Amino acid sequence: MGDYALEVTNLTKKFSDFTLDDISFKLPKGYIMGFVGRNGAGKTTTINLITSLYHKDAGEVRIDGNRAEDDKVLYKESIGYIGDESYFHEAFKIKDIVSIQKDFYPTFREAQYMQYIEQWELPTDKKIGEFSKGMKVKLMFAGVLARDTRILLLDEATSGLDPITRDEVLVMLQKYIEDGERSVLFSTHILEDLEKIADYVFFIEKGGEVFCDYKDQIMEAYRMVKGGTDELTSELEKEIIGLQKSSVGFQGIVSREVGDTIGDKFLVEQPAINDIIVAFQKNMGGNHTWVQ
Amino acid sequence: MKIVISNHSELPIYAQVKEQIKEQIMTGVILEGTKLPSIRQLAKDLKISVITITRAYSELESEGYIATMQGKGSVVLGRDNDLLREQYLRRIEEALETAIETARFLKLSNEELIDMLGNLIDDE
Repeated sequence: MGDYALEVTNLTKKFSDFTLDDISFKLPKGYIMGFVGRNGAGKTTTINLITSLYHKDAGEVRIDGNRAEDDKVLYKESIGYIGDESYFHEAFKIKDIVSIQKDFYPTFREAQYMQYIEQWELPTDKKIGEFSKGMKVKLMFAGVLARDTRILLLDEATSGLDPITRDEVLVMLQKYIEDGERSVLFSTHILEDLEKIADYVFFIEKGGEVFCDYKDQIMEAYRMVKGGTDELTSELEKEIIGLQKSSVGFQGIVSREVGDTIGDKFLVEQPAINDIIVAFQKNMGGNHTWVQ
Repeated sequence: MKIVISNHSELPIYAQVKEQIKEQIMTGVILEGTKLPSIRQLAKDLKISVITITRAYSELESEGYIATMQGKGSVVLGRDNDLLREQYLRRIEEALETAIETARFLKLSNEELIDMLGNLIDDE
């Protein structure tokens, strides 16, 4: 048993057109990590390597201290996975899923599973193909919550959900980590979802890490600055990450230190996590690097 | 206990949580010995991150408002502890400083100001 729900070390995978390059992070037990980056940045690849759907070229993954190479059954059992698409056959009904889960997972508790089905009013007489996206996500949640998992991996699971169901999912994630033993790795490009509940943010771009830190730390390290385009000096421009200029003004992200010194001349405010991530994405290949 | 988080405040979320709990302790809304919700419970209820609440609680602890015991949770401390007493004294000083500044602005003499304070104490 380790202190970390998930430890990823130097994880590398080469494809002909894409390389996931040397990804490392540690997620302590009882916390939520948001995994952000644009489509194709390497989020799904990382998650598929963690679930051992793909074989890694190099590196190591431990879940609660255990590697798939040490105890494969325990490793698989300790992962809950919820993806963008339902992984159940469209023609199945809930009873078919129950029998499959029982076969696959030694710790699957049928009674608890059926409790969730009842609580979330999922129809037992309908085929999965007739379920809404929200119902499918809840069905996957029921499967995860009815087992003894240590890490919940969500791959864009909230995209395409209505706001109410998305909110319900966020509550489920917080309940999942409430006992302080289990953690969530949550890949998304809907950054508002992360804004509040994420403890850590891992930002990936072109297969490599841009930064990984406490979300609060990231929020505190940066300020959004806005002003008239003609007021923008070349000294300030050098300090701005992800500068956007228009005929009526400019905006961009600066470090908090810079923000504190120019507050009397420009509008300086707290950016959303989204603003910071987008600024860094715009700046890719530029001269600003993540400062701790 | 009441906590309302604003998404448009200049104050970071941890500071909003901290200030609101502090205010309720200082005004006696939350009494000595009250057990605060666990960090994870409060994070879930407010839909904010565990680390954010952890920071609010640990600052409340270092300023003497609460004590956290392993496995027992966080409890509101009495007003007689040194750290908290200091906070209250600072509060009184601040209020008095405001009074002095306003008096200077009005060109009130020191005697008049002290008289006023005396009268207010007598009226209580």
